[in-house]
Amino acid sequence: MSVQKTGLYAALLIFIVASPFVFPTFGVQLGTLWLMIIVAMTWDMTGGQMGYNSLGNIFFYGTGMYVAALISIALVYDVGEYTGASGGGRYDFTDAQYFTGFVLGTIGAGIFCALSAFVIGYVTFGLRGPYFAIGTLGVAIAAGELVSNWDWVGGGQGITLPVYPGDLDEGKIFIYFAYAITGVLLFIFLNWLYKTRFGAAINAIRDDEEKAEAMGVHTMRYKLVTWAMSAFFIGVAGGISAFQLISFEPLESAYQTINLGIFMVVCVLLGGKGTLWGPIIGAILFQIFKEVTWNYFLGWQWVALGALIVVTVVYFQDGLMGWLRTTRPEWFGLTVDERDDDAPQTAAAAGEGAK
Amino acid sequence: MSIIDVSNVSKSYGGVKANSDVSISVEKGGITGLIGPNGSGKTTLFNSIVGYHPIDSGSIKYEGQEISQMQVPEIARLGLLRTFQQTRIYGAMNCVENMLISLPHRKMSLLDTLKRNTAEDRERAEHLLEFVGLYEKRNLRSGSLSFGQQKLLEFAMALMNEPTVLLLDEPTAGINPTLINGLIDRLKRANSEFGITLFIIEHNMRVIMNMADTIYCLAHGELLAAGSSEEIQNDQRVIDAYLGAH
Repeated sequence: MSVQKTGLYAALLIFIVASPFVFPTFGVQLGTLWLMIIVAMTWDMTGGQMGYNSLGNIFFYGTGMYVAALISIALVYDVGEYTGASGGGRYDFTDAQYFTGFVLGTIGAGIFCALSAFVIGYVTFGLRGPYFAIGTLGVAIAAGELVSNWDWVGGGQGITLPVYPGDLDEGKIFIYFAYAITGVLLFIFLNWLYKTRFGAAINAIRDDEEKAEAMGVHTMRYKLVTWAMSAFFIGVAGGISAFQLISFEPLESAYQTINLGIFMVVCVLLGGKGTLWGPIIGAILFQIFKEVTWNYFLGWQWVALGALIVVTVVYFQDGLMGWLRTTRPEWFGLTVDERDDDAPQTAAAAGEGAK
Repeated sequence: MSIIDVSNVSKSYGGVKANSDVSISVEKGGITGLIGPNGSGKTTLFNSIVGYHPIDSGSIKYEGQEISQMQVPEIARLGLLRTFQQTRIYGAMNCVENMLISLPHRKMSLLDTLKRNTAEDRERAEHLLEFVGLYEKRNLRSGSLSFGQQKLLEFAMALMNEPTVLLLDEPTAGINPTLINGLIDRLKRANSEFGITLFIIEHNMRVIMNMADTIYCLAHGELLAAGSSEEIQNDQRVIDAYLGAH
């Protein structure tokens, strides 16, 4: 790694660690920003890098929330009784129980989501293009409906989790760092993964899956593994979300197909599909846009958001990174090689000129 | 010894009989040609061999193993590779990336794929790009190359994959005539130096007569003639088929 790059990463890391203390009033927004970054980066794994545009990734977010909540409850109480009381009974969690539940819950959520990605992927990866998008959307909608009718997990009422055992601001910082650590780990993971042969193989699937098959690439295997890795991180983020929201219900907060389920796609489109930084930049831009419109144009915020989506899709399809790639190709190393043996040629030409 | 044995294969699309009762065999380590007028069923036969569609009847064996029921990726993983008439490359990647993704994944476990490409892989990719004359363009987006150059790139990618048999669908179509001699030379070298068995569909008679040990001629989906290039060149039925007397 070059000196500049190391410096950039170090500066970023300091900013990430310092920001919740420097901007304490934005604690919740900063946590949510990390959530957007994580879901955008994970969406881009299949949508941008592999060419499979899923509209159902919100399934893993919602499922992650539920699995994390259920694990943390089940470690201490009977789940049926707990949800049956729907927050009415008296269920105390000690500090140790809260943190054990948090850690095991979020990791368990990730693992469960990764496994379910294998199962769902096995069925849906037979679909291509828009059919895959609609098929996965169907899975997410169906899951939301199923969960909202399942009393053992709280039905339409959802689940209420214990609050953070400390003061409120400390809780916000705790959630912020839980997201931030997940996000940084995801970034490091993807930065490595996209440079491996595996990364090249999923790019090949995006560019021409039939060709990849004809070249003997294990397309199904790579598709499943990619989606499972993506689902793991969304599941973890969903788990953290459950502890951030404390109380959540299935259709509006867990399996929120039209909010977060679409937002993650818009973030990636804004920043640029199929790049490492695009989803991150897109998520930041999107989050700023969203906060500004929700604060200053209340009542018109959905119109503004709709306009943003239309403008992005119609005029700005490749996003910010894609635009830079076409206007500044040399920044991305797209150059004609000035071959070494050009040197004698120019020397010869110069010699001729001298005559 | 033959490596591909096609016996009595028939394939029809609705009422059109694209192949009827075709039997051919491809010699291991040799260069076999497949010619025939447009629409005679050459590409259909290729597609049947590599598993793009099920055949109606007959049998296709690769190294003695029946492959007519197998899927495209399974057959490709046996080392039986094809290039496309309309080239297929990964247009958004540069040439070197196109080459590196063509490393033989059939020889890799999932853990192997989680490694980066080695310096040797890169060197081999560049060497093969040099071999087909694309070295200078190696860092350009492959989609921006001309059709002929994309064809050469696809050929280089196929070599990178270390196939046992390579099925080439019209390798010289769309290539600048001045480059064709060079391409013939490279195909021959791929056969002699890398030991790759070649099975080639070709319209350019000069090319195929120059290279192939054995030539099969299809017309109207049926096998019309088979033999050495002299035998085919002097076969009245082949001449008639090409001139439209059939």
